[in-house]
Amino acid sequence: MVSGEQIDSPFTIHHMSVNIQIDSISKKYADVMALNNISLSIKSGELFGFIGPDGAGKTSLFRILTSLLLPTSGKASIGEFDVVKDYKKIRQNTGYMPGRFSLYLDLTVEENLDFYASIFNTTVKENYELIKDIYVQIEPFKKRRAGDLSGGMKQKLALSCALIHSPHLIILDEPTTGVDAVSRMEFWELLKKMQKMGMTIIVSTPYMDEAALCDRVALMQNGNLLAVDTPNNIVKSYKGSLFAVKAYNMHKLLDDLGSLGDTSQVFRFGETIHITSTINDDKVYMESVNKQLIDKGYKDISIHKVNPVIEDCFLSLMDKDVE
Amino acid sequence: MKAFIKKEFFHIFRDYRSMVILFGMPLVMVLLFGFAITNDITNVRIAILDNSKDVVTNQITQKLISSGYFILEDNIESQNDIEKIFTEGRVKEVVVFEADFARKLKTEGKAHVQLILDASDPNTANIISSYTTGVISSYSLELMSQTSMIPVKINIESRMYYNPELKSVYMFVPGIITILLMLVSTMMTSISITREKEMGTMEALLVSPLKPIQIIIGKVMPYTLLSFINLIVILLLARFVFMMPVAGNLVLLIVESLLFILMSLALGILISTISKTQQQAMLLSMFALMLPTILLSGFIFPVENMPILLQYLSHIMPSKWFIIIVKNIMLKGTGILYFWKETLIILAMTLFFIGMSVKKFKIRLE
Repeated sequence: MVSGEQIDSPFTIHHMSVNIQIDSISKKYADVMALNNISLSIKSGELFGFIGPDGAGKTSLFRILTSLLLPTSGKASIGEFDVVKDYKKIRQNTGYMPGRFSLYLDLTVEENLDFYASIFNTTVKENYELIKDIYVQIEPFKKRRAGDLSGGMKQKLALSCALIHSPHLIILDEPTTGVDAVSRMEFWELLKKMQKMGMTIIVSTPYMDEAALCDRVALMQNGNLLAVDTPNNIVKSYKGSLFAVKAYNMHKLLDDLGSLGDTSQVFRFGETIHITSTINDDKVYMESVNKQLIDKGYKDISIHKVNPVIEDCFLSLMDKDVE
Repeated sequence: MKAFIKKEFFHIFRDYRSMVILFGMPLVMVLLFGFAITNDITNVRIAILDNSKDVVTNQITQKLISSGYFILEDNIESQNDIEKIFTEGRVKEVVVFEADFARKLKTEGKAHVQLILDASDPNTANIISSYTTGVISSYSLELMSQTSMIPVKINIESRMYYNPELKSVYMFVPGIITILLMLVSTMMTSISITREKEMGTMEALLVSPLKPIQIIIGKVMPYTLLSFINLIVILLLARFVFMMPVAGNLVLLIVESLLFILMSLALGILISTISKTQQQAMLLSMFALMLPTILLSGFIFPVENMPILLQYLSHIMPSKWFIIIVKNIMLKGTGILYFWKETLIILAMTLFFIGMSVKKFKIRLE
């Protein structure tokens, strides 16, 4: 049990449970429904991802969880604290990294970190162990102004700032958006490390490939939850067999594949087009597609079966949601 | 808290725009108002239409010319020449003495001078007329004491006001102090708070355990100090560049100014709670505050001459009351007894704005 008095004293991350309960939360702006009756729970110690495009409602949900916004209806709690009633306690124990890195661009790296440490009544020294792994990478630039840092560096600094008060729970809103691929991978390794230290991590991202790195993910679209499960289970639940098709004249191919029989999903996936068969016999389906394409005059046709990834699942769930 | 204030100073000193507003503005404004936009006049070209040509009119003419304000462009002979000399643009003023000026003055005890002014620039016309009136009046006083005759009266036909001793810079300094304190305190605080909103750092401040009052004080402290430095700079400029003394109690002036600074800061915070962007905050401070401060506070235009509606409006301008206080202390040298009401008004406004901004300061987004 953690009482109000104990909150202010230094705590060990490992012993506080921060199960998160989100109960039919809705948020309405003027006439836009940003969140539509969202319910889910996140277990203490989980690395949980919210995956969805811009406008899915991820930021609104995060702001409600960090007590920055009031939900239009519904309830949410972190551990035993209600996000509306106990907002002061929530703020004390939550690290939040907003979508726009909230750094003071005219302050240096060091000054930013010192400032954030001091507003949480702590010092960089006190919690240095916690941010060491991240901070060593930006330390050479500590005299540089935050505005002059690269995207990846800014992101690491912002994460250090969000971590400096050793929160039990850290909420990261699109931390990897606008950051190069290498920095993105490094960043996820850092998150894994933090999770091992006992922190509960909630992260949002528009990048589907990052979903596989989370323990569990929630797929979101237009304020609705499409699915909540482990990345594996979501992939497994994909209905039908998925095939990647390639040929000349990709643009026309997309249209022609759309008019094929026995086919449910057709969408572009990188260099290929993914189609989903609605019949059980893969061989029969592939031959039938091949034949129809030859009839239409296509050359160099390649069709092969692929395993679905999160993006396929997302697109298929999205279609269903629209229907 | 200390860290917050330190951070705020970093912001100010690293942003050259705020530095310019903070320290360039007072210098530029004081010097500009003091030297360039001056109401003092020199070397105004005038013409004399002397219908009397006696000793007295001659002496008055000499007085006018030797005053340093006027240059005699021409002596004209008839009423008809007046229009001509104005249309040619050669003079700004024609001084007309009536016939038998000296005799009338002696026998009837009064005589008439008519001042005809080129009012295409009404302000200048006003000032020229007051200066002329001033010179003639001082002459008539002189005449009285010399001859010790029964009071003589030289009637001057002029609708203009008389304010000879007041150099314009004396009038401007209280106004400039007011404007600058307001500008620095209100605009800079409101901008610096809305900048946090715009940059997204407000989100981070809000999720921190900082209380609203801590954020507000952290924001306000540096600007209080800087406004105070500004006040000292202006007073020094007034004293040593324009030789304008502070007639009253300097400590009282500083205390009253601190109160006004506090009020402006509270107003700045209030503005920041209702504006979303820096630009909005700036426009609000500029148009909702600066213009009324300049126009309605009695700084440039006397409140008494305004339409009733505007007079009422000027009552809610904090700057109006502060200018009265500053003028009292700096020019008249009076003490708190003469402006305790004004002080109370500002105090009440301060409390009102602080209360409002603490109440309106949002602990959440939206």
